[in-house]
Amino acid sequence: MADFLLEIRRLRTYFYTYAGVVKALEGVNLRIHEGDIFGVVGETGCGKSVTAQSILRLVPNPGRIIEGEIIFKGRDLLRLSEEEMRREVRGKQIAATFQDPSTFLAPSHTIGEQLRDIIKANADDPKSFDGKTLTERVVQALDKVNLPDPERVAGQYPHELSGGMRQRSMIATGTSSTPSLFIADEATTFLDVTIGAQILRLFQEMNRRDGTTILIITHNLGIVGEICNRVAVMYAGQVVESCATDELFEEPMHPYTVGLLSAIPRLDREMEELEEIPGTIPNLIHPPEGCRFNPRCRHAMDVCREAQPGMFEVFEGHYVSCHLFDEEGEDNE
Amino acid sequence: MSDPLLSIRDVRKYFPIRQGLLQRTVGNVHAVDGVSFDIEAGEAVGLVGESGCGKSTLSRCVMRLIEPTSGKILYKGEDISGIPHGEYWRRVQMVFQDPRSSLNPRLTIGYSVGEPLIVRGASKEEVRSRVTALLETVGMNPEHFGRYPHEFSGGQRQRLLVSKALITDPEFIVLDEPTSSLDVSVQAKILNLLNKLKRERDLTYLFVSHDLSVIKHMCDRIVVMYVGKVMEAAPKNELFEETLHPYTRLLFDSIPKPGTRHEREMMGQEHIELPSNIDLPPGCRFCQRCPQAEERCSEEAPELVEVSPGHLVACHHAG
Repeated sequence: MADFLLEIRRLRTYFYTYAGVVKALEGVNLRIHEGDIFGVVGETGCGKSVTAQSILRLVPNPGRIIEGEIIFKGRDLLRLSEEEMRREVRGKQIAATFQDPSTFLAPSHTIGEQLRDIIKANADDPKSFDGKTLTERVVQALDKVNLPDPERVAGQYPHELSGGMRQRSMIATGTSSTPSLFIADEATTFLDVTIGAQILRLFQEMNRRDGTTILIITHNLGIVGEICNRVAVMYAGQVVESCATDELFEEPMHPYTVGLLSAIPRLDREMEELEEIPGTIPNLIHPPEGCRFNPRCRHAMDVCREAQPGMFEVFEGHYVSCHLFDEEGEDNE
Repeated sequence: MSDPLLSIRDVRKYFPIRQGLLQRTVGNVHAVDGVSFDIEAGEAVGLVGESGCGKSTLSRCVMRLIEPTSGKILYKGEDISGIPHGEYWRRVQMVFQDPRSSLNPRLTIGYSVGEPLIVRGASKEEVRSRVTALLETVGMNPEHFGRYPHEFSGGQRQRLLVSKALITDPEFIVLDEPTSSLDVSVQAKILNLLNKLKRERDLTYLFVSHDLSVIKHMCDRIVVMYVGKVMEAAPKNELFEETLHPYTRLLFDSIPKPGTRHEREMMGQEHIELPSNIDLPPGCRFCQRCPQAEERCSEEAPELVEVSPGHLVACHHAG
């Protein structure tokens, strides 16, 4: 098999709350090739953001990564020391932007100051920079994300910028060191559609121009259809289906994916009524036995209530975690 | 012809910007700047636009939560500023965006939903029977009557807000982004519910949203707003099939669409932000971002003209 830039194996992240142990991630498997624009899609509470946080090892308290492997460029990130993680991985090789950019930019420093610190921190030899080259690098970084008038933006504070410009500045902090993996966690959710479209195009550009692999975390299947080439659908802390984007829309297999796809109103077709998925997302402190989707699934069989389905490769590169496909594909776990 | 159910006539709403010791007005935010359209009984009209386009301000004017600076809103031919509030709100109701902040956490569901009846002096038994009946209509359990809002999920709370809007048996409901804070599978349930209620109770909707696919699914006619003005208004299918305004087209093209991948060229504007609605350009508001803009567009604002029956557009290049 080909090498993966990032391979997540049986990742389990739990949150230890007063109410009990929230099993936010229960055996997540993901494989991302170099050069992919990979989408992770799912609804609230499915664990897509926790997956992103786990990759960077930034799971907030009281969360803890229990077990699993996160192999990035041949190294298991979970075995690195915090120091190595900070010096070598975060920001340098894996950068990220999160949902609300205003909470990640310091309000009392200009965009230029913040970028300068980041560029310095990521440089192999921080002392080699004089003020002028540093300023140049800042302007370059801002220019790379298509900000108009980068010199002016560098002197501005976050509150002086619009949401779209703030998100771009945030992306600039991530891309200033040309990371190999860029994680965009709901990066366009708070933005208007026309501005969001510009940000998506920026990701596409980063992918083509610099070869940056991009991991897009979103609840919006439209974004997946628009720019991702591969996609993983998550439900209740597990990946239920993973395949090429085109296949997801042409031939969704997991009952949850099928339900999700017919629940969205579409511009390109007329629908009398939207499909509904019965029930609600499960409580992850006491998740259902067997397949986590079984209480809501119309195809649920006895085996679904008893055993967790493995990951089956139904077609080449199309993985489904569902007992319905048990015989058709071979168990790939 | 009879009067339309609701008629918005050249409504403007400016918010003054005050500065300095004397709080002198130094400028105005032109949130809604001369908007006119009609809503016929039984129709669902969609109001779509990006943040700051004035769609929420307009819906608040319609609800009489704020007074328009100028212009008139007529309900069945009668100026709404002349109708007593209580009377008006019996016929016109609203469902708000955020189901988390729109229910008082200290009041039981029964009280929150039944409040309009309680205010009018209905008996306890009557309130209970009407509220429980409504809870069932929106797909909730009558046992939820005595519970508190925190016990419910976002989707359930949105159902409660819908039932709260229905308690006065209104004819017209303003829906301000009713599903934008919900997950898609929950959204599908709420949209289906709203459609069912509309059929069963002959309701008229003004559906405000930034999500065109939701608007398309729900509405008969769509009004597109941009920085305080109507850019295009047309019956749903015509708007999608014969898009005339460049902004409407940009809006369509910008929506990430589910489905198989296709390379599309987005319009030729890289990084222009929405104009501020404080210092407005004299010409067309969209001209800075418009690929077809010419000199005339930046000097002279286009009028909203009817190019074919029911299809209105404000653009020098259309028609």
